[in-house]
Amino acid sequence: MQEKTFIIKFKKGLHARPAAELVTFLGKYQSNVKIIKDDFEIDAKSIMGVLTLAAACGTDLKFIVDGSDENAVLIQIENFLNSGKEYD
Amino acid sequence: MTEKKQEIVYQGVAVSSGIVSGKVFLLAEQNFVPLHKEVPPDLRKKELDRLKKAIAQTRADIKTTSLKIDEMLGTNYAKIADVQLLILDDPIMRKDIISMIENGDNAENAVYKASDKINRSFETIGDEYFKERRFDIQDVSKRLIENLLGGTKQSLANIERDSIVVAHNLTPADTVSIREKFIKGFATDIGGKTSHTAIIAQGFEIPAVVGLKNLSRAVKSGDDIIIDGNKGIVIINPSAQTISVYEKEFDIWFAEHQELEKLKDLPAQTLDGVQIKLLANIDNPDETEYALKNGALGIGLYRTEFMYFNRVQVPTEEEHFENYKKTAQRMSPFETVIRTIDLGGDKLSKLGFLNIDEESNPFMGLRAIRLCFKYPDIFLQQLRGILRASAFAKIKIMYPMISGLQELRMANALLQRAKDDLRKEKIDFDGDIEVGAMIEVPSAAIITDILAKELDFVSIGTNDLIQYTLAVDRVNETVAELYEPLHPAILRLLKKIIDDAHRAGIKAAMCGEMAGDPKYASILLGFGLDEFSVSSAQAPKIKRAIRNIKMSSAKLLSQEILKIDDIKEIEKLLN
Repeated sequence: MQEKTFIIKFKKGLHARPAAELVTFLGKYQSNVKIIKDDFEIDAKSIMGVLTLAAACGTDLKFIVDGSDENAVLIQIENFLNSGKEYD
Repeated sequence: MTEKKQEIVYQGVAVSSGIVSGKVFLLAEQNFVPLHKEVPPDLRKKELDRLKKAIAQTRADIKTTSLKIDEMLGTNYAKIADVQLLILDDPIMRKDIISMIENGDNAENAVYKASDKINRSFETIGDEYFKERRFDIQDVSKRLIENLLGGTKQSLANIERDSIVVAHNLTPADTVSIREKFIKGFATDIGGKTSHTAIIAQGFEIPAVVGLKNLSRAVKSGDDIIIDGNKGIVIINPSAQTISVYEKEFDIWFAEHQELEKLKDLPAQTLDGVQIKLLANIDNPDETEYALKNGALGIGLYRTEFMYFNRVQVPTEEEHFENYKKTAQRMSPFETVIRTIDLGGDKLSKLGFLNIDEESNPFMGLRAIRLCFKYPDIFLQQLRGILRASAFAKIKIMYPMISGLQELRMANALLQRAKDDLRKEKIDFDGDIEVGAMIEVPSAAIITDILAKELDFVSIGTNDLIQYTLAVDRVNETVAELYEPLHPAILRLLKKIIDDAHRAGIKAAMCGEMAGDPKYASILLGFGLDEFSVSSAQAPKIKRAIRNIKMSSAKLLSQEILKIDDIKEIEKLLN
């Protein structure tokens, strides 16, 4: 099990489009991924879970990844959240 | 005996002009709660199969809709489908539904309960943007339930005769199947001026009224309805008397509409041949098409505040740039006058910038250009965006709420800084970009001669100018009647502003509501106003007014009016 905290940098936050992208690529991995914001925990493979976080720009999110491919997953998450890409 | 139905009048927001009467086609919201049926254990496996089939069908539906929307409205709309497909396959919701079915729920009820649960967790979200995503979830679960029930969804494709569509809301998905020739009008419970319904209705040139709250629950298909897209009124079950009133209104409107239609490509020119520049006021790049269609030869006021609404971060320079470039290119070869932000401090507080207490008098508080000086970075970002866009099409800059020369010089110094920076970075912009100011604070009006020496144009903002000069809050019902554009103090100020501008050799425009009321056209022309910037819907009416006025008579009229002391007498003379 690994965990790491990231700051959301998308200027509109983790809204529908980036959330969709996150959920889509996580779905390809075997690991379980949870996101914790304050004391709220959700399944990161659920679009609705991710959207209910309402993670605006600047929010701290703790990712907990558990599974055989957890290292790869964490790298993917990091690349995605720090890509600097913006969504409409 | 036929039941005598009661006439009901609804007031909403007019978003597309015209009057139409006809029969309701109700695009029903399937907001029902599906019946719970206990499924016996031996049939539960079958229930799961039913769910599986409905999911496959819904997936296919979403994909088809997305392709059609892509064709109609462009890829940005179609991207909604990606999110909807993920919602359909969401593991949490799926698990929830399956376990409910395994415990004996029928599939429809299981889907309903699962989505309702998620819906509730969204209701507690404070951020409006995230909260609104629940509509996507509702949309998906609705489609799923409809497919479980065997596809009973009323679609606009089913319309077989002339109809007026009433709905809670029209989504892009609803409108893909539209059969234009049968649809004569729209009336919806929610929506605003830039809603999807408004854009579609304007595109089809049919009347539409939105924001009617609970209209869709009060009517059924086949009811008689009148939509007045000029006044924003909808009447259900109109009485014989109302119908005859509206028949007359329709005739008047139709004759006027046809007359205005003919003016579309004619110049805004007085009877004695003086050309007047007629421009449009917009809030959003999407309004340019409507402006052009209504004969505006440019944008005289692009309010940029809308970019700051419904978001958690201030817009970036890039967003400013993209919006302005898009707008100006669409209007090209005509000009686009971009007004820098006219926001109140409350807005920036929400965006986490300021931490000011609510101001007791926000109209006289930290707003517009004053706010920009307090947060120069926000202002510079916008200025850089405007300057960069000016390399692509004709753009002018306009500052709001200037009250004195120092403010104008400060704004210009920041503009100079933005220009210097861009030059250093070797980024293109229009080095001769024109700079103007809104004249909307009485102090600015009184010293227009001083300001004009350092400006390329002025534009009179009558709404604020009148409010500040007369000390009347127009929204306050108890004093609203004191709001009077024909007050001699206002008329003298207008005359002075225009004369001062002309003496300095610059043009005077007006972008306040007074410019958009045909009643005042002759007096404004008489004062020598060069440019009228009005809402797109008003543009043809102002053009008609201008075309019916002789400049020489307007000049005489305005001189006479300035000699009159009593507003009532002035009104008499104008009529």
